[in-house]
Amino acid sequence: MWNYEKRLEFPVKISETNAQLAQAIATQYGGPDGESGAAMRYLSQRFAMPYKEAVAVLNDVGTEELGHAEIVCAIVRQLTRDLSVAEIKESGFDKYYADHTLGIYPINASGIPFDAMTFQSTGDPITDLTEDLAAEQKARTTYDNLLRLCAGHADVAEPLKFLRSREIVHFQRFGESLRIVQDHLDSKNFYAFNPAFDGDRGCR
Amino acid sequence: MNGNVQPCKKDLLMQINAISFAALDSAMYLDTHPCDQTALGYFYEMNKQRGQLLREYASYYGPLTLDTATGSCSDRWNWINEPWPWQEGGC
Repeated sequence: MWNYEKRLEFPVKISETNAQLAQAIATQYGGPDGESGAAMRYLSQRFAMPYKEAVAVLNDVGTEELGHAEIVCAIVRQLTRDLSVAEIKESGFDKYYADHTLGIYPINASGIPFDAMTFQSTGDPITDLTEDLAAEQKARTTYDNLLRLCAGHADVAEPLKFLRSREIVHFQRFGESLRIVQDHLDSKNFYAFNPAFDGDRGCR
Repeated sequence: MNGNVQPCKKDLLMQINAISFAALDSAMYLDTHPCDQTALGYFYEMNKQRGQLLREYASYYGPLTLDTATGSCSDRWNWINEPWPWQEGGC
């Protein structure tokens, strides 16, 4: 069960209007390495995870990612809320505007809607946690790319820098989780069995 | 803590579920009826009881929320120990 907190994890206070930046940043809401996919990935993977530390990490990181999706949406909203029709036409925001006006909708930077095919939940702790490590690095790379586009836009860059730093912290926690999982396995062959499927052959 | 007799885990949880639902449902009603004094009083009372019950539960059986994770007098992080809701013995 979740309870909402009426605050952002990191404040977003942007006064400028910039549809081009908004379109690029929106990918971290609905894109392949975005926060929505991250939340869905970790919160889905929790259920088959056999080890309590790793369940807690998936639960708590997944919960934080929901908050990050909200930060990204707040950035996109503030960058687009004052757009005029002329600016919409000039900036290339007209294609998005045609379908969504100034509403927030999960798409990637090229306009393709969010797709659950961007993440997995395999029911294998090593596989899932290895995907999670990659996911955090991919998200970090995307934030690096976005930050290059935000030079001179400090109000936009600051929350993105915070989100980027969280990718690195999550990567660390997932690395520790993977190590904890491996400690439960056969050290001569981590793949001798799947502890989430083949029963209690490792100690829990 | 809350008296000397340890409350039944199942009963306490049932109370938390009932009171939490009452708080959530009345909050949703208040979203469209923000001046309804009866509903306001009801929400405040449910929310107060919810806080008390969550703290009481945490002190005996481990935290259900991070806000009450400090209530279990312990030198260990108990958030990871109690079963998750989809596991056997979970809430």
